[in-house]
Amino acid sequence: MFKKDLTPSPKQKLKSSIQRSLRQNLLSTYPLLTPYIDEVLPKKSSLLSMKLQGVERATLYIIDDSTPLFYEVDKADVPLLPHLKLVHRFPQAFPTIRIDRGAIRFVLSGATLMAPGLTSAGGRLPDPKEGPERAEDGHWTRELKKGEPVVVMAEGKEEACAVGMLVAGTEEVKKNGKGPVVEDAHYLGDGLWKLNTE
Amino acid sequence: MADVESGEVLEPQSRHVVYCGVCTMPPEYCEYGGTVKKCQEWLEKNHPDMYIRIWSPEALAAATASLSIEAQKRAAKDAQKKAAKAEAAEKKEADKIAHSIVTIKRIERNKRKYVTSVSGLEAFGYELKKVAKDFGKKFATGSSVTKVPSGGEEIVVQGDVSDEIEEFILEKYKDVPEDNIEFVDDKKAKKAAAAAAGGS
Ligand SMILES: [Zn+2]
Repeated sequence: MFKKDLTPSPKQKLKSSIQRSLRQNLLSTYPLLTPYIDEVLPKKSSLLSMKLQGVERATLYIIDDSTPLFYEVDKADVPLLPHLKLVHRFPQAFPTIRIDRGAIRFVLSGATLMAPGLTSAGGRLPDPKEGPERAEDGHWTRELKKGEPVVVMAEGKEEACAVGMLVAGTEEVKKNGKGPVVEDAHYLGDGLWKLNTE
Repeated sequence: MADVESGEVLEPQSRHVVYCGVCTMPPEYCEYGGTVKKCQEWLEKNHPDMYIRIWSPEALAAATASLSIEAQKRAAKDAQKKAAKAEAAEKKEADKIAHSIVTIKRIERNKRKYVTSVSGLEAFGYELKKVAKDFGKKFATGSSVTKVPSGGEEIVVQGDVSDEIEEFILEKYKDVPEDNIEFVDDKKAKKAAAAAAGGS
């Protein structure tokens, strides 16, 4: 999505009605963020927006002058997606899958995430079972559907390396074992990651 | 009486993640960035505990154990390519900076009315709009970015601030070496040209 470097554009202050609806949107997309919402979006801080030109047009939301929170792609049916820095701050709030070590360098060069990187021994897909959505071993306990947002973790690493929207449901990925899973992700070192939001 | 906020005060839950001072990624991902050597130096100096966790021989052995020999070879080659690319880009940037000039020009608009133009700062990685704002604030005068006929942009500041502006640039925009700043006095240039034309 942001393979090329982005040029910062002027930040705009958002009306409080828009701030409220974004807060709602964020909570309905990421219910697990609820306990932290006042920390993510402190009531007293004002939310800013910055227009971006990636593969698609997008809007980045920023708080406290420079802390990036999430972005919205200007395209129907793409969910609100968190900036990786927000994921690093609250990893427990986002559904995850994990790629094997071999897939990391491809994802970090902007390639489409393919099924084999997830179905191999080092990869990890949801493991449906009772209990909390995030199991203690880090597995997500509910299959994720096509069109849902997902955070990409990596074998042997503690922090997430990418975030994007699933173009295939996780059940389908397990069954077929091939094909694209996340396209146009936001990944460590891409234009959005490096964007100066000061 | 002290202010009492309504509601409970919650402990912050946000994690604080260390990012590499060189490549900006979490240090565990530095190996993919193309500046590995510099990243390692930075980490060893700033976060020695993390350095050991990530770069000790044991950690490295564990990290590559799950890759096939083929994949390890490809990864090593890839890393080498990236490093070479990063190095070349760095050298190019350094060359560009060494050969770039910032021109401060005093231009006489009307009798005793001057503007000062500054061009070339973008080559040193500065955003002209921001700099123009800084100039305007510093000298309490109009300052804006305008297009020049040759295609680029320059900053035009109202008034003759050519001397002060050099000092300000050296103080605030430290990537510009003093030797790379030149002065032009547009009025003199005109006069000289007129004189030359008249004399022939
Ligand atoms: Zn690094």
